[in-house]
Amino acid sequence: MFAYAARRLLTVLVTLFAASIIIFAVLQVIPGDPARLMLGINATDDAVANLREQLGLNAPVYARYFNWLADMARGDFGVSYTYSAPVRELVGERIVVSLPLAILALTLSTLVAIPVGIFTAARHGTATDTAAMAATQFGIAIPNFWFALLLVYIFAITLRWVPAGGFPGWEDGVLPGLRALILPAIALALPQAAILSRVTRSALLETMREDYIRTARAKGLPQRRVLWHHALRNALIPVLTIMGLQFAFLLAGTIIIENVFYLPGLGQLVFQAIQRLDLIVVQSVVILLVGAVITVNFFVDLAYAWADPRLRHRTQ
Amino acid sequence: MTTRFAVLGAITASLLATSAVLAARTDLAIGMVLEPPHLDPTAGAAAAIDEVVYANVFEGLTRIGRDGSVQPALAETWTIADDGLTYTFNLRDGATFHDGTALDAGDVVFSLDRARGDETTNAQKTLFEAIASVEATNDDTVVVTLSRPQGSFLYNMGWGDAVIVAPESADDNKENPVGTGPFKFTNWAKGSAVQLDRYDGYWGEAPALETVTFRFIPDAAAATSAMLAGDVQAFPNLPAPESIPVFEADTRFNVVIGSTEGETILSTNNAKPPFDNLKVRQALAHAIDRQAIIDGAMFGLGTPIGTHFAPHHPAYVELVETYEYDPEKSKALLAEAGFADGIKGTLKLPPPSYARRGGEIIASQLREVGIDMEIVPVEWGQWLEQVFKAKDYDLTIVSHTEPNDIGIYARDDYYFQYANADFNAVMEELDSTANEGRRYELFRKAQEIITNDAVNGYLFQLAKNGVWDAKLEGMWENSPVQANDVTGVRWVD
Repeated sequence: MFAYAARRLLTVLVTLFAASIIIFAVLQVIPGDPARLMLGINATDDAVANLREQLGLNAPVYARYFNWLADMARGDFGVSYTYSAPVRELVGERIVVSLPLAILALTLSTLVAIPVGIFTAARHGTATDTAAMAATQFGIAIPNFWFALLLVYIFAITLRWVPAGGFPGWEDGVLPGLRALILPAIALALPQAAILSRVTRSALLETMREDYIRTARAKGLPQRRVLWHHALRNALIPVLTIMGLQFAFLLAGTIIIENVFYLPGLGQLVFQAIQRLDLIVVQSVVILLVGAVITVNFFVDLAYAWADPRLRHRTQ
Repeated sequence: MTTRFAVLGAITASLLATSAVLAARTDLAIGMVLEPPHLDPTAGAAAAIDEVVYANVFEGLTRIGRDGSVQPALAETWTIADDGLTYTFNLRDGATFHDGTALDAGDVVFSLDRARGDETTNAQKTLFEAIASVEATNDDTVVVTLSRPQGSFLYNMGWGDAVIVAPESADDNKENPVGTGPFKFTNWAKGSAVQLDRYDGYWGEAPALETVTFRFIPDAAAATSAMLAGDVQAFPNLPAPESIPVFEADTRFNVVIGSTEGETILSTNNAKPPFDNLKVRQALAHAIDRQAIIDGAMFGLGTPIGTHFAPHHPAYVELVETYEYDPEKSKALLAEAGFADGIKGTLKLPPPSYARRGGEIIASQLREVGIDMEIVPVEWGQWLEQVFKAKDYDLTIVSHTEPNDIGIYARDDYYFQYANADFNAVMEELDSTANEGRRYELFRKAQEIITNDAVNGYLFQLAKNGVWDAKLEGMWENSPVQANDVTGVRWVD
């Protein structure tokens, strides 16, 4: 298990380094001068030049790249050009929105999807199964921003149970924060739950066809015991894979839902920074997100090894 | 299940009822589309900065009022010497910064020298161009000497870029703005909201509101929802013109369509063939159906303009009819200019909807007369680089939102690439004229020159789609400066 983990960890570091080069290079190609963008079309050239100097944009490209790497190694992710606040602080403010939102959405979708998946797999081929699968098809097909607008219309505008958007912060307590996150979490969870329940169902059905399941059945084990004890654990690998991907997406890819609910999340931070050519924010946040995604995958890999002991020994 | 929902509903309703019973609210949440990049109006061009802090947090020597007039602010009175070169400003008694320090003449000298100095990052350095020196003669008096008479000097001092800051706090104003206004900065939840609270040490009349929160909601549908749900009680410029009828039909809201300083124009590269040909530019002008653009791109909100000047300004000249919509005339002009076979080129469109939606309509109108423009969407960064700086474009659509900015046509290296000695002479005279009657005359002359030269395609003045709670009084109808001045806003009944 240890050697397996160490190998995975090395891959993580190499991937991060490669990502940093790609991110930095791509941002150098984006046309536009951040200083000119901040000062606008009426600004004089000398004022723009002063700001460029202040922001440290006049240093050569390679120097800026290595400074960035060196700073990051010390835990310093730079200072935003526009906000003039440390990127670490900006990310910190956003992560307290994005992380709970991602966890809430993933929890909701898992709580719905796994039971639905098992239930439909157990009743494979019945009318219930067909109806449930049609419902999941519907869940995947609905655009989540549209579903979000629908939720806002019902629960915020008509019933006024929750705010239409925004995030009050956690200082006022957990409840106002959760109230602000519940609609976006539901909107995010719906398509994820639909996908996850289909994956769970088909993975279970696949496993149920394996020889060892037939053996278990032949031994005279009841259907329920076969499903829960023998099939489920082996069906978990594809389910975990999808959950890992979904969590990474929920952490950073929720910009559309953040927009609908005007939530100050990580997606919004990156999106806004790109529009404003706040390159230091873009590159630092993106590398952090890459790091997060790789870390999640790393843990998913470890979970595979837990779920399927054969993986631990395969390449040894 | 139904019962539980009913109970929850009853609780929510009673909570709402309690808050309604409390008379005369003193809090206000205002919706804005863009979040300011930072909060220092002396170091950035973003309109969103002024839309939070102008008049609320920061004040200048003078200020621009809701009707666009110049009013005293930190300078209570002033005298202008006969030669028009020396301005003596008498500062307010009792004006203090939010950190408690008193405003004195030294702060004014510091602020103006900082804005015009070599190290400046002021986005409007040209406002201070005419200043030769700034001196404090005593604690309450500042003498500004100009190198040449400048008719717009007092107006210039009313811009957000010319506000007075304190040497001790100036460097931190981006994150923690410290001004002299009736509201002090309290908190900025980045990506979400800025909160201002009433400043008890304010020199002037105390505002009715105690807490003002600016919430940033970029999405049009979300902005509409936030207003309908009551999360914000005012949207001075709602980004969703399509939902204006919803608010008009609802008695809880006031809809006030006002005007901005944004002249939306089809900017033309006057130095690049074939657009260097006056006949071609006139053909462009005749090919444009302004009302169709306003209806199609702006849901009918916006005033057609025939020149680069705000229609609500007293010196505005109605020149819309100079080039009426006439495709046949347009084709004839093109033929006269030697382009009977048509013209090909590019139309670069920055992100705002007036440009992207309007551009599609303009391109199809131009195609009718044989001008075939390829649409190229660009981000603002690209626009500044390619269009503004490198002048690598044929046509583009931009709203010029600075107030009274017809002077840009006198800059020969500006991205229009327009050069006309007669126009420049008018601007030079205007710059040194203080007499209002004569200034208006010159403004009119300037408008006629650029319209006759068909420098750009003049489309429409951007509307300000104001929506706010019907019980709210004192919101600005127009925006003569980019500001959401809430100092005079109050809740009634």
